[in-house]
Amino acid sequence: MDAIQKRLLMEVADLHGTPEGAYNIRANGEMAARSTTANIDIVSKADVSGIDIIIKPGTKNESIHIPVVMSKSGLKEMVYNDFYIGEDSDVIIVAGCGIDNCGGQDSEHDGLHRFFVGKNAKVKYVEKHYGSGDGTGKRILNPGTEVHMEEGSYMEMEMVQIKGVDSTERKTVADLAADAKLIVRERLMTHGDQTAVSEYQVNLNGKGARADVVSRSVAKDSSYQRFDSRITGNAPCSGHTECDAIMMDNARILAIPQLEANDLDAALVHEAAIGKIAGEQLIKLMTLGLDEQQAEEQIINGFLK
Amino acid sequence: MLELKNISFGVNDEKGEKEIIRDVSFVVADNQFTVITGPNGGGKSTLAKIIAGIEKPTAGRIYFNGEDITDKSVTERARLGISYAFQQPVRFKGIQVIDLLRIAAGKNLSVSEACAYLSEVGLCARDYVDREVNASLSGGELKRIEIATLLARGTQFSVFDEPEAGIDLWSFQSLIKVFERMQTRQEKGSILIISHQERILDIADQIIVIAAGKVSKTGKKEEILPTLLGTSAAVNACEALTEGGKA
Repeated sequence: MDAIQKRLLMEVADLHGTPEGAYNIRANGEMAARSTTANIDIVSKADVSGIDIIIKPGTKNESIHIPVVMSKSGLKEMVYNDFYIGEDSDVIIVAGCGIDNCGGQDSEHDGLHRFFVGKNAKVKYVEKHYGSGDGTGKRILNPGTEVHMEEGSYMEMEMVQIKGVDSTERKTVADLAADAKLIVRERLMTHGDQTAVSEYQVNLNGKGARADVVSRSVAKDSSYQRFDSRITGNAPCSGHTECDAIMMDNARILAIPQLEANDLDAALVHEAAIGKIAGEQLIKLMTLGLDEQQAEEQIINGFLK
Repeated sequence: MLELKNISFGVNDEKGEKEIIRDVSFVVADNQFTVITGPNGGGKSTLAKIIAGIEKPTAGRIYFNGEDITDKSVTERARLGISYAFQQPVRFKGIQVIDLLRIAAGKNLSVSEACAYLSEVGLCARDYVDREVNASLSGGELKRIEIATLLARGTQFSVFDEPEAGIDLWSFQSLIKVFERMQTRQEKGSILIISHQERILDIADQIIVIAAGKVSKTGKKEEILPTLLGTSAAVNACEALTEGGKA
């Protein structure tokens, strides 16, 4: 791997070298490195581009890294990754995509991740997106995620896109069986002329299923964001979705939290707030010696932390 | 040394121009502890904001250590050594108490250094350093954190707008000790407090009474305090409590 790819790897996966545990690194559309463990197998798909990640039941405290880096301008790919997470396992999965585009052609990585989370399994999933390069070609990422959660399973998803991605369309669909719990924490910052669309459809199908989908975002310059989150309660369950956004400059934000209750005992709540940085927050930090720009940075850093 | 010379301040509303501060002049000397008191709505908080640079006076000049700072921004004044504690501290989503203390100190405070400031204002430090400065904190907790940020700044001049509001009575004495320590820590340290509390007035070197936007009395504590006792400008903490904090 070259220096640019290594830098992207660090941004999206906090990796300084070869990770521990199982991993699959994809660079410019091809497999660059792979490692499996006794409990985690990674197999290339035969019909389409992508991999199957199979985690044995009862696997505890193991991690899987599957970063994707692209440094070639004009590359467009579609990848299908399926995760089979065995019953009673407890794992961390770190995905992420970094694109460096110095050329004039658009680079695009589209992915469909499907998770099959077994009974009482526990997963933490981290997905980071990052773009760099000063070419005129756009950096485009369109991640699709499907989550199927069996009884008593738990999944925490952390989705982060802070810099450099020109266009994103994220679609996440989740089905939860009884007593399953899904937590989503999305952090997003857009700048320039970027657009970011984020859609969630969470179906709470079993008794005691719970979901908490929270997005915090900052839109700068002339960027546009749409957050569209729907929780459907089909059983006695509880769901909460929240969008909290700061807008600056000429940015535009559309927040559409939606709730659909098909059961009398579905307890569903949504919240949405969009606004500019409160003037008194800026003033407070300025009385501590920061100038206006430094104060803004601190407020945004804190908000997206 | 801070000097206000002929400061006036007005706002325009639908009823025309309204004057809030009228020709106010006073000096806060180095190593001096000054308390501004007076009836509510008299313009005291506006005066504190004018000193911090948040509001611009419509007339008059402000001097800090002899330098004219009237046209200086909030940031510039802060960097020159003026600190201001809000009457209603600001809440932030995501910013933690330790972040705020580090910004205030202007350096990367260690956790134990940050804890020392919090302990000084009577907060069990370990429970607070990682808390977010958001709506989960009570008004009293926020007030103490606000005072801790000024301790962390350690500047020559500090303005507090009703610092005692929301602070429990039992810690009142500790609060006063904090002010005393703050002042002695700085070589030319001086403190300006807006307060109605008799016990705070009692530790003042100088008392300034502001009423209807004007200085109605000014002088040494020994001269002014006896004339205020029993009025709303000097409220005994216990009386204030029994009257439901009416003061």
